[in-house]
Amino acid sequence: MHLDDQILQFFFSGLTLGSIYALIALALVTTYNITGILNMAQGEFVALGALTACSLSAAGLPLAAAFILSILITTAAGGILERAAINPVRNASNITLIIITIGISITLRGLALLIWGTDPYSLPSFTRGGPLQVLGAAVNSQSIWIFGLLAVTVSGLFAFMERTYWGKAVRACVINRMAARLMGINPHILSFAAFAASGALGAAAGIFITPITLATYDMGFTLGLKGFVAAIIGGINNVGGAIIGGLLLGVLEIFGAGLISSGLKDAVALIVLIAVLLIRPEGIIGAVSGRKV
Amino acid sequence: MIKKIALVLTCAAALLLAAGCSSQKADRGSSSGSGDTINIGAVLDISGPSSSLGIPERDTLQMLVDQLNAKGGINGRQIKMTILDNKSDETESVLAVKKLIDSEKVSAIIGASSSGTSLAMLDTVQKEGVPLISLATNSMIVEPVTNRKWVFKMAQSDSIVAGNMIKYAKSKGAARVAVLYMNNAFGDGGKKALLKAAADNGISVVFEDKFEATDKEMSAQLIKIKGSDAQAVLVWAIPPSASIVTRNYRELGLNIPLIHSHGIANQNFLDLAGDAANGIVLPVGKIVVAEQLPDSDPQKQVLLSYAKDFTTKFNTPPNTFGGHAWDAFNMLVNAIKEVGADRAKIRDALENTKNFVGISGVFNMSDRDHNGLDESCMVMVEIKDGKWKLIK
Amino acid sequence: MVAAASLVFAALPFVLKNNYLLSILIVIGIYTLVVEGLGVLMGYAGQVSFGQAAFFGIGGYTVAILTTRFHCETVPALLAAMVLPALTAAVIGKPTLKLREHYLALATLAFGLLVHVFFNEGRELTGGPSGLTGIPYLNAGGFIFNRDYEFYYLVWSLVLLVFLGVRNLDRSRIGRSLRAIRDSEVAAEANGINCSSLKLQAFVFSALLAGLGGGIYAYYVTFISPAPFGFNMSIQFVLMAVIGGLGTVWGPVLGTGLVVVLGEVLRWFIPLILPRAGGEYQIIFFGIILVLAMIFKPEGLGAGWRRKVRANETETAEAVSLNASVNTCSSGR
Repeated sequence: MHLDDQILQFFFSGLTLGSIYALIALALVTTYNITGILNMAQGEFVALGALTACSLSAAGLPLAAAFILSILITTAAGGILERAAINPVRNASNITLIIITIGISITLRGLALLIWGTDPYSLPSFTRGGPLQVLGAAVNSQSIWIFGLLAVTVSGLFAFMERTYWGKAVRACVINRMAARLMGINPHILSFAAFAASGALGAAAGIFITPITLATYDMGFTLGLKGFVAAIIGGINNVGGAIIGGLLLGVLEIFGAGLISSGLKDAVALIVLIAVLLIRPEGIIGAVSGRKV
Repeated sequence: MIKKIALVLTCAAALLLAAGCSSQKADRGSSSGSGDTINIGAVLDISGPSSSLGIPERDTLQMLVDQLNAKGGINGRQIKMTILDNKSDETESVLAVKKLIDSEKVSAIIGASSSGTSLAMLDTVQKEGVPLISLATNSMIVEPVTNRKWVFKMAQSDSIVAGNMIKYAKSKGAARVAVLYMNNAFGDGGKKALLKAAADNGISVVFEDKFEATDKEMSAQLIKIKGSDAQAVLVWAIPPSASIVTRNYRELGLNIPLIHSHGIANQNFLDLAGDAANGIVLPVGKIVVAEQLPDSDPQKQVLLSYAKDFTTKFNTPPNTFGGHAWDAFNMLVNAIKEVGADRAKIRDALENTKNFVGISGVFNMSDRDHNGLDESCMVMVEIKDGKWKLIK
Repeated sequence: MVAAASLVFAALPFVLKNNYLLSILIVIGIYTLVVEGLGVLMGYAGQVSFGQAAFFGIGGYTVAILTTRFHCETVPALLAAMVLPALTAAVIGKPTLKLREHYLALATLAFGLLVHVFFNEGRELTGGPSGLTGIPYLNAGGFIFNRDYEFYYLVWSLVLLVFLGVRNLDRSRIGRSLRAIRDSEVAAEANGINCSSLKLQAFVFSALLAGLGGGIYAYYVTFISPAPFGFNMSIQFVLMAVIGGLGTVWGPVLGTGLVVVLGEVLRWFIPLILPRAGGEYQIIFFGIILVLAMIFKPEGLGAGWRRKVRANETETAEAVSLNASVNTCSSGR
């Protein structure tokens, strides 16, 4: 294999990985901007969705039904958790809210360990057939599905934001939470919706990646963390940034592993992250928010 | 406010006092109890990242203790086994081992399941003079033996596994190999052993690289192997990352032999990898292929009887980790039968164990070797249609 | 009151005579050192750090590397274990603390992960994932600390010193300035307080204490590996600080004790009600208790006391502003 081919292969692998990160970052950024909460339990939604789908599929449900049911279950879990744990203390300080999401994440991870144990689970690929050959690089057919999910989610999100009343309400919240509230936008419903949507998005991401990565009870921890890194690189206040940040992080990791050293691949991404924070803390395409004091 | 704090402190002090008293009661309990029960402790990674090791170990120990006590214990004395969970955490491991020594007054300790949690306990057992039988692989646990007087180890050392892998590659005519390993204590130990075994056997390692245990994509490393002139790939990892490597390997169409370590020797790997696993070769402890062993194998009887007991009780076949717990428990029981419950005497008896036929091999301990196994304790198997096939 | 508490702690080893209970207290003491520092950062300066385990780890590794590879004496090794994290904190904190919102939290999160990668990758220096063994015993001027009760007294004397220091800080001009920053940065700035410089000092102080804790930890366990210094531990430290009550002197001691003891109690208690239950139940219970504590007592368990102290010291106005304050330094827009 020549270096050019390798670079192309790295690029495709990186985009696959990056799409996963982008989906998680997307959920994080949306929630953060609507509610002001850094949701540390986001990764757990991914694991919950993936594992539920594995179990349903193993129980004999057709693949599509298992997906839909699992997404519904995780969406409900997201909504219920918001009502049970976030809503009662909505006026508490941000630190308190972050800690609550950490507590939720610990509980969900413990529950997943109890139900599914430590063994990895798998789902069949959505479509049969070996890897596709694109310009000499092998691209897993499941990767195409992941790109597809990202594309559909992003266009759906933009259509929602541009076309619907609630979409506009969300944008208003993103621009100025306090002003949005003064204009009569109910932040409680938005917060509920944000967590439910996080559950749905997380579950979808989890199900789509399982054929490639397998599902384990603790998969959410690393994915959630990577989602954070992606969100910060792109800009925590910017939905578009989350996608760019995710893709960039994935590509950086694979190129770091491929061209420098596998052990330092996380370091490459993190150094970029710290550099971004020090030089341009609002993210590479972040909006104006890093107001200097 | 001062009242409130004073109240809290008094309560805390009272609690601690109560705890102190109860522990003193435990003192008396054990001195009088030395007539009827023998206390043994275990610290295992029952929850957390290495729980897949700790759970079969816990099940095996509980099963063996129940069996032994039902048969009347050791020389008429019942065994009291205290199993603590260290949550795969090193600090918890230290706390747990101190609890076993001070509150439970154990005669010996089995554990921990993984290398890091085992290494964290060494200083305490060395200082307190309590025999410790580790179930983890890393050879640092028992070497140098001069600083590890009280510590023994049941699992095959990395060098034994690596020797088997490299010799197999050599027998297939490979002179240049690529080495891939997961980036944690397990993989790190494996890499060192593989490099050493390769050098000893005159094989050149043309490529070495690693991946994180949580990585989802290993194509980058494999692409580089594809571009190298390696004639075989040696992988040292456990699932799920080992499964992902195998899938990526097939997707990228690599067709040189893929040799894994014993890290994938469990049913779960077979279930997940499916067809992608066909043709993989790996060294395993004999428990995995007990039924295929020739009748002349000295371990065959022991293996079949453990497999039968475990399968009857837990409805799942035993694995090598449970086997390590079996070895540790029975070696310890043999020692106690011989010399009683005294810690120093147990240690000496363990060190003098010879020809102990266990699950992981035939152990011959000495004052220079606290592991006591050689390369013949493992066999090479090939994966065919979701089954382990012994390579004769 | 501090004297009374010290007396109780000094007497404990004579009562306990049990290394297991002592070792729990030692671990609580070591973590308390870290959490006192974090408490100043969070409770007074209103900033969160998700990378405290990294400073803890740098301290631990500094001692481990200096003693095993360079045969360094205890006192210089421990000093280095404090200075190195403090310097690192200054480098990270300087640019990020000029900004509002969660930027320190984000930067420390990334920094913590990066340091963890370094512990795993710097094989020649750190021993890689297998870690470093053979750390010698702590030796202060010929006196060797290798028994649990010796460590107990060492750790809790340090805790006492730090505790007195933080209490003085609490009552000093710096403490008042820091609290003013937390309550309203704009107002503090208007009153001539240099916000970013004070916040930076608090951050450096917290890193220094975390490093000290890490150094002592390395001497106590005599083995070090990257595992205990990951993101999980950083989260634990934040939990300890919050559960005890932010902005209080007693909070960190209380919070650390509660979290560690709760873990041990659950380990003992769960098997009693659910025989054959594994550690997963402990994890679930821990999570639920944490969420419930935050919902019903979000200001932390030590907070009630502080209000009364302030009232006693006739600083009622401040207490009111303290309780009512929405944390503007970190609450976003």
